[in-house]
Amino acid sequence: MKPEQRAAYWRANLRILAACMAIWFVVSYGFGILLVEQLNRITIGGFPLGFWFAQQGSIYVFVLLIFFYAWRMNRVDQKYDVHED
Amino acid sequence: MDLKTLTYLAVGASFALYIGIAIWSRARNTGDFYIAGKGVSPVANGMATAADWMSAASFISMAGLIAFLGYDGSVYLMGWTGGYVLLALFLAPYLRKFGKFTVPEFIAERYYSRTARIVAVICLIVVSFTYVAGQMRGVGIVFSRFLEVDLVVGLVVGMGVVFFYAVLGGMKGITYTQVAQYCVLIFAYTVPAIFISLQITGNPLPQVAFGADIEGSGVGLLQKLDDIVTSLGFNQYTSGTKSRIDVFCITMALMVGTAGLPHVIVRFFTVPKVRDARKSAGYALLFIAVLYTTAPAVGAMARYNLIQTVQPGEIGAPDGNLLYSERPEWMKTWERTGLVTYNDRNGDSRVQYYNDRNTDFTSQAESYGWQGNELSVDRDIMVLANPEIANLPDWVIALVAAGGIAAALSTAAGLLLVISAAVSHDLVKGIFVPSISEKQELLAGRIAAAFAILVAGYLGFDPPGWVAQVVAFAFGLAAASLFPAIMLGIFVKRANKQGAIAGMLTGLLFTYGYIEYFKGLFLKWAGAPWGEDVAGSWLFGISPEGIGVIGMLLNFTVALTVSHLTAPPPERIQHLVESIRVPRAG
Repeated sequence: MKPEQRAAYWRANLRILAACMAIWFVVSYGFGILLVEQLNRITIGGFPLGFWFAQQGSIYVFVLLIFFYAWRMNRVDQKYDVHED
Repeated sequence: MDLKTLTYLAVGASFALYIGIAIWSRARNTGDFYIAGKGVSPVANGMATAADWMSAASFISMAGLIAFLGYDGSVYLMGWTGGYVLLALFLAPYLRKFGKFTVPEFIAERYYSRTARIVAVICLIVVSFTYVAGQMRGVGIVFSRFLEVDLVVGLVVGMGVVFFYAVLGGMKGITYTQVAQYCVLIFAYTVPAIFISLQITGNPLPQVAFGADIEGSGVGLLQKLDDIVTSLGFNQYTSGTKSRIDVFCITMALMVGTAGLPHVIVRFFTVPKVRDARKSAGYALLFIAVLYTTAPAVGAMARYNLIQTVQPGEIGAPDGNLLYSERPEWMKTWERTGLVTYNDRNGDSRVQYYNDRNTDFTSQAESYGWQGNELSVDRDIMVLANPEIANLPDWVIALVAAGGIAAALSTAAGLLLVISAAVSHDLVKGIFVPSISEKQELLAGRIAAAFAILVAGYLGFDPPGWVAQVVAFAFGLAAASLFPAIMLGIFVKRANKQGAIAGMLTGLLFTYGYIEYFKGLFLKWAGAPWGEDVAGSWLFGISPEGIGVIGMLLNFTVALTVSHLTAPPPERIQHLVESIRVPRAG
C-alpha cells in the first residue's frame, strides 16, 4: 500500500469518526444535558423530551452509531482494499 | 415451596451451570487463559462483554440510584453506554489489529518502554481494585438478604465461586460462563420490570410504560410522580438538582472511563478479526441497552410504588399515611437487615416519608403534624426489594437473587482476570523473569488471581460509599490514566515515551488525590477524607465523581507538551502505528 493511499484511507476514517462523534455529542450532551430544559417543554409519548433523551433516546442512538460505523468502515476497507480475507 | 428454598434452588442451579461451563471450557494454554484463543464470535463476545460490564452496580444499584435521583441519575445511563461508542470508534479495532494479550503490553510496545509498562500496570491495578471493591459489596448485600447469612459468610462463598471459575477457566472459561450469566441476569431483570409495568400502566414494555398513563387514572406516570414527589418536598423527578457542569463532567468521566477500563478493552482482543471487533462493540452495547433502557423505568416505578405504599391517602390528612403496624412484609424483612429503618418521630404510629431537608417545605410539614422523615430506605435495595414491593410471586424474587449474583460474579471474575494477567504477563514475564515457561506463567497467573480475590474480598468488607459511587471512582481513574495514553498511541504518531509516562502519572495522581481528599479511598487509616465534600469546596464545582475529566485533560495536555519537547519516537514505532491503523497491512 502506497503512503498516499494509506493517508487517504486514514482521512476517510477520521471523517466518518468525526461525523459519528458529532451525533454522539449532540444526543447526549446537547439534548440530554445542555438543552434539557428547553426540550422538556415538549412532551412526546408522556415523556418530557429532554428527559427522554437523557434516559432513553441517547442510548438507542449510541447503539445505532456503532453499527453504522462498523458498516461504513467495512465499505471503506473494501474500497481501499485493506479488508481482511 | 417457601422463598428461601426457591432462592437456594435458583442460585444453586445457576452456579452449577457456571461451574459446569468453567470445567468444560477450561484454559489449556496462556492464549486461552488471557484472550480465549481469539476464537470467540462477535455475538457471543458481545454478550460476554455485556455480562462482564453489567456489574452489581448496574444490576442492583443503578435503578435505585435513579429512583432517588430522578433526572440526575441520567449521568449513569448515558455515561455507562456512551463510552462504548468511544471504545468502538477509537480503540477496539486498533487494539485488535495490534493483537497482543494485555493493555500494558500495548503501552509497552507503542511507547517502547518498560517504565511505561510498569506505570500502566499500576494504573490498571488501582482502577481494577477500586472497581472490584464495589462489586464485592454488591455480592455481600445479595447474599446477606437472600441466603439469610452473615455478610462475611456471603462474601466468602462468593469469593470461592469466583476463584473456582476465574482461576481454572481463564478468559475462555469466563467468556462462556459470562454468556450464561448474561442470559440469567437479563431475564432476572426484565421479568419483574414487565410485571410491574403491567401492574402500573397495563403496558408490558417498560421502555414505553415509563411514559404511559397510570392505569385507570388518565395521568401519565412521570407527571404523577413529579406531582407527588414535589408535594412531599422532594425535587421534581424529571429535572435535576446537580449543577450543569457537574452533570456534564460526571457523564464525560463515566464515558471515557468506560472506554479506558482494562477489563472491557481486553474483551476486544478475543475476537478473530478487526471487523469483528467493530461489530462486537455494537452487540455488546445492544445487549447492555436492554438493561439500561429498562432501569430508568424500574427506578421511576419503584419510587412511585414506594410512595404509594407509605402514603396511601391524601398528603397531610391525619390518616393519609401508612400505619406502622400494617406495614407490608417486605418492609419487615428489610428492617431486619438494617437497610430499611423506621423512627416514629411524631409518635402517631404512622409512617411519614418526605424530604425534611428542604427548608421551604418545613412549615408545610409542620402544619401536617410531621416532625421529620421517619423512613429511610437504602437505595441499594430498591431493585432487590422491587418484586416484593409489587407483590410478585416468590419465584420472581428468587430469580432476581440469582441475577444479582450473576451480575456481581461475572464482573468480579473479569476484573480478577485482568489483574492476574497484569501481574503474570506484564510484571513477571514482561519485566522480572522473561525466561519463564508458558506453564509457569499460567501458574503465576492463577496464583495472582487467587491473591487478588483475597484482597478484593477484604476491600469488600469496608468499601467507601454506595456501590455505584465507588464504581464511579474507578471510571474517573481509568479516564484520567489509561484512555489518553492508548488513544494518543493510535491517533498521534508523535506521542512518545516521555509524554505518555508523564501524562499517565499526572492524570492518575491528580484524580486519585482529589478523590482521596474528598471521599477517602484507601487512606482512611491516615485520616482521609480531609476535605469537606460539598459543592462549595470543589474545584470548578466538579464533584469527585466527575473529576476524572479534568484528570484526562491534564493527561492529554501533559502528554502532548512533553512529547513535542522531547525526541520523536523511533522509526519502527511510526511504522507500528501505521500498521495498526489499517485492518490488513499491505
